Amino acid sequence: MTILPGLLDTEAIRKDFPLLDRTVHDGKKIVYLDSAATSQKPRQVLDALSAYYEQHNANVHRGVYTIAEEATALYEGARDKVAAFVNAPSRDEVIFTKNASESLNLVANMLGWADEPYRVDHDTEIVITEMEHHSNIVPWQLLSQRTGAKLKWFGLTDDGRLDLSNIDEIITEKTKVVSFVLVSNIMGTVNPVEAIVRRAQEVGALVVVDASQAAPHMPLDVQALQADFVAFTGHKMCAPTGIGVLWGRQELLEDLPPFLGGGEMIETVSMHSSTYAPAPHKFEAGTPPIAQAVGLGAAVDYLTSIGMENIARHEHAITEYAVRRLQEVPDLRLIGPTTAEDRGATISFTLGDIHPHDVGQVLDEQGIAVRVGHHCARPVCLRYGIPATTRASFYLYSTPGEVDALVEGLEHVRNFFG
Amino acid sequence: MKLDSMYQDVILDHYKHPHGRGLRQGDAEAHHVNPTCGDEITVRVRLSGETIEDVSYEGQGCSISQASASVLNELLVGKDLTEAQRIQETFLELMQSKGRVEPDDAMEEVLEDAVAFAGVSKYPARVKCALLSWMAWKDATAKALSEGKTA
Repeated sequence: MTILPGLLDTEAIRKDFPLLDRTVHDGKKIVYLDSAATSQKPRQVLDALSAYYEQHNANVHRGVYTIAEEATALYEGARDKVAAFVNAPSRDEVIFTKNASESLNLVANMLGWADEPYRVDHDTEIVITEMEHHSNIVPWQLLSQRTGAKLKWFGLTDDGRLDLSNIDEIITEKTKVVSFVLVSNIMGTVNPVEAIVRRAQEVGALVVVDASQAAPHMPLDVQALQADFVAFTGHKMCAPTGIGVLWGRQELLEDLPPFLGGGEMIETVSMHSSTYAPAPHKFEAGTPPIAQAVGLGAAVDYLTSIGMENIARHEHAITEYAVRRLQEVPDLRLIGPTTAEDRGATISFTLGDIHPHDVGQVLDEQGIAVRVGHHCARPVCLRYGIPATTRASFYLYSTPGEVDALVEGLEHVRNFFG
Repeated sequence: MKLDSMYQDVILDHYKHPHGRGLRQGDAEAHHVNPTCGDEITVRVRLSGETIEDVSYEGQGCSISQASASVLNELLVGKDLTEAQRIQETFLELMQSKGRVEPDDAMEEVLEDAVAFAGVSKYPARVKCALLSWMAWKDATAKALSEGKTA
């Protein structure tokens, strides 16, 4: 067994994740290497979900009866936990959404409908990057098409980093908003936040950070980031699907208009007009995903008990090992940084001329679950002249043995199509 | 091994040595993509009355999608449209069978090499790959016919 410095006690951790015990294809133990798509869920989160439904289920912020008060306390308690998890100055800055896509769409729509000085219109510019997930491209394309604002982006270097050499031409006095990914979901690249934020602040542009691949894997401090909005999703960090987060600076949330209207987000309603509840409720129309928020709270507790620093150290060790082992595989080309420096535990590659779809199929036969395709980041594939990649992604429960299984699996793929 | 039922030798042969690959002159074309995996294909058809003179294609994708285009070319070129439609419908039926249709002699007579894709129908994520070029062919043919009428 390979022992690397910085590893967590995965033997103990894996006992918390029932799914990691199952087998596929006639008794092959599953090797789950697709945590960048969604993480597996620990027993603690599953228990919190069933306890909520079995003991406390009621709608929130409405009833005066006991279980309604309990449901509300659990839902709002989850908000407190998330606020502490990202070091938010105020719990009222944490908006629950259904996922990161909704969080990013919410910001784009707030800015589209906003008054000055936030308004995005035909005289202004929006800046993104070529390594964004489609969820941080399409909402801005829609905003650009609807308002006439110009959409600009940072390109990529050959080794999978943002090309910031022309930062002063990309981010200008016309820029209203800069939205970029903290950790790439396809290449694992960790982006230099400070340089981008500094330039954006110089020109008075708002900064939106897509932290979907960061929040599960490293300490996330929204105050240290100095961003205006930070989006992430629960299901990649041990929580259920259907719950996401948008953190936003309080004064912005006070100034910006709501997007979805409905119950919960109002103060008073008449047939002519309505006034709105203060943030975060102003942005949470309708019955929210209550159980899912409670599940996210339990996930935050779970991750905090292990320690985000420890998780980051574990994944860094796994990444160093994986990057080294994968580069021993003949004909394998890493797409993205080739070292573990400033990169997360998400590793994309191509294997000779063998199409990723075929790679994934043969790996599945050996119980190894990887993602194949363009990973909702098609511009990255276009940039590097490839149709798709195979992506292995690791998490707190991943082991060096699973890296070895992948490397062996790839040998088998090469033989199969050789 | 189950995997061999998907990757039949016939399929791998077509993948490594595709028939009729490359775009040639035609009456109409269609470009289809599989957005989940990035497979792409352009299929161009040339008709002479009711007869399919040529089906040319260019694309990138997995062995299943590329081999399927090669089989399509081999099966449909030279056929008349009614016969080609029957082949396409039979192939569609096989691919949508979720592995429940065991090709019989009659089906094998219609589909020839394409029966090798029977194993692929057990893998829902891959059925789209196998059907990509066939759907593009159907589209391109419909375009060629409607353009022919208006011309």
